[in-house]
Amino acid sequence: MFSRAYKAAVTLPPLVWVTVFLLIPYLLMFCYSFWSVSASQTIVHSWNLANYGQLLRVDVYWQTLLRSMWIAARVTIFSLVLGYPLAYFLSFYAGKKKDLLYQLVIIPLWVSYLVRAYAWKTILGSDGVLNTLLQYVHLTKHPLEFLLYSPFAVVLTLTHIYTPFAFLPIYAALEHIPRNLVEASHDLGATPGQTFWKVILPLSIPGVVAGATFAFVLSLGDFLAPLLLGGPSGIMISNIVVSLFGAAYNWPLGAAISFCMLLLVVTLLVFSERLEKKWGFS
Amino acid sequence: MGLFVSETRFDSGSRWLLGHAVGVFAFLYLPIAVLILYSFNGEGVGGFPPHHLTLNWYRTLFADGPIWDSVLNSLQVALAAMVIALTFGVPAALALERAQFPGKALFRRLVLLPLILPGIITGLSLLMLFNVTGTKLSLMTIMLGHGTALIAVATTEVFAGLQKLDRAQEEASLDLGANYWQTFWRITVPNLKLPIIGAALLIFTLSMDEIAVSFFLIGRDNTLPLEIWGRLRRGITPEINAVSTIIFVFSLVAIVFWYRLRVRGESAAEGETK
Repeated sequence: MFSRAYKAAVTLPPLVWVTVFLLIPYLLMFCYSFWSVSASQTIVHSWNLANYGQLLRVDVYWQTLLRSMWIAARVTIFSLVLGYPLAYFLSFYAGKKKDLLYQLVIIPLWVSYLVRAYAWKTILGSDGVLNTLLQYVHLTKHPLEFLLYSPFAVVLTLTHIYTPFAFLPIYAALEHIPRNLVEASHDLGATPGQTFWKVILPLSIPGVVAGATFAFVLSLGDFLAPLLLGGPSGIMISNIVVSLFGAAYNWPLGAAISFCMLLLVVTLLVFSERLEKKWGFS
Repeated sequence: MGLFVSETRFDSGSRWLLGHAVGVFAFLYLPIAVLILYSFNGEGVGGFPPHHLTLNWYRTLFADGPIWDSVLNSLQVALAAMVIALTFGVPAALALERAQFPGKALFRRLVLLPLILPGIITGLSLLMLFNVTGTKLSLMTIMLGHGTALIAVATTEVFAGLQKLDRAQEEASLDLGANYWQTFWRITVPNLKLPIIGAALLIFTLSMDEIAVSFFLIGRDNTLPLEIWGRLRRGITPEINAVSTIIFVFSLVAIVFWYRLRVRGESAAEGETK
C-alpha cells in the first residue's frame, strides 16, 4: 500500500544521517588506527599495522583489557544475581504491586549516572558515610581504605548502575512466559522448584543473555567510574584510550584500541543475538 | 495475582525472594537517599551522623552562576537532541517496518548500535569526524552527538508502536484521497502519539544526563554533567548533592507525568475496543 516515493521519503533521510554521523565516523576510526604520530606531534597518514603490533607487544595494553573484562564479568554476574531473583519475584509473586515495584526499579535509572557514581564516592571514602558510621558504632577504629580507589569500588558502583539494565530484559522475558505452561507444570505435579528449573528458567534465557550483554558491554567501556573511584589499580581500558586522546596525544593508537573494543562489542552482540534466537520461542 | 501465592504464600522460597528484593531495593536506593540527605548536611558530603541540617547548600547553588549557565546549555542540547533524534528516528522506524532496501540489516544495526555501544566509542568516532572536517567543538557538536546516538531510542519506541498500529486507517485515508504527507501527519503521527511522547521524554532525560559522549565533544561551554564532573575533580561540597536532588525531583515529576499519560492512553484504547 505504500508507494515507492513514500518508502524513499522515510528511508533516505535517516539513511543519509546515519551514514554521515555513524558509519563514516566508525570507518574513520578504522583509518586512524593505521596512521601514526610524528615527532612534531602531527598525524602522519602512512598506512601500517604498527599500532596493532604495539597492542599485542606492550603488556600494559592487553593486561588492562583483560582486567577490564574481568571487572565487567564480575559486574555482569552480580547484576544477574541481583536482577534475576528480583525480576522473578516481581513477575510471579508481587501480585497487584507489580507495576509500582517495576517503576521503583526504573526510577534509579533517571538519576544521572555521574551523580550515582559520585554518591558512592561520598559513601566509600575514608571520611565518607560508611567509614564514619562504622567508627561511630565502634565496629572499626580506623577507616577501611580498600573501600574507595580500588577495583572493589568500581565493581560495586557499576553493579549498582547496571542491575536495572540486567533486570529489564529478564523481567520482559518472564512476563512473556505463557502462564498456562506454568499452571500445566504445577497441575502435572511439579513442585515450584521443579517448575522453575525445568520451565521458567529455560524460557527466560533470552532475557538473561540480553541483560548480561548490556551489563558486560556497557561496563567494559566505562571510564568515568574508574577515574572517580578506581584509583591506580582500578584503571580500565577506556582510561588508557582517554589519555591517548588527551595528554599522551596518540590518536592513532587510541583509535586502534577503540576499534578493537568496537569489534569486540559487535561480536558479542551477534553472538548474543544467536543465543537469544536459539533459546527463544519460535 | 502470583500463581503460587494462594498455596505457598509463606514458603521459604518466597520469603527468601522477598528478602532478596528488599535487599536489592535498599542497594539501589541507598546512594540516592545518602545523596539527598547530605544535601542538607552543614558539615560536608561525608561524616556520620549528619550534622547541622541546613538549606545553605541550596542557597549557594541558587547564587552559583556557572551551574545555571550549564543547566541552560544542557536544556538547549537536550531540546536539539530531541528534535534531531525524532526527525530521523521516526522515519527510520517507518523505513524498518515498511520498506525493503539493500543494506537494511546493516542500517538497522547501525541505528541501534549507539544504544549498547559504550559512549566513549560514539564520542571518539564523532570527534575524529569533526577533526577531519575542521568543525570547531561547541554545544553544536554535542547536540549532533546526542541527537545521533539517541535516534536509536526514538526508533525502538516508535517501531514498537507501529507494530500495534492498525494499518486500515492509513489505507482508508489514502483511499479517500489524502496524500501521503497528509496521511502521515493526520493519521500516522496522532496514532503514534504515546510512543513519540515517551521517546521524547526519554531522549530529553538521557541527554540531560549524558556525559561519555559529551566528554569528547565539548567546546568552551559546559553541559551540567560536565560542569559537575569538573567540580568533582576540584573537591566536593554538598552543592553537588543539592543540584542532583533538584534534578532528581524534576525527573520524578516527568516519570509521574509520563506514567499517567500512558495509563490514560491505555484505558482510552481499551474503551475504544469495547
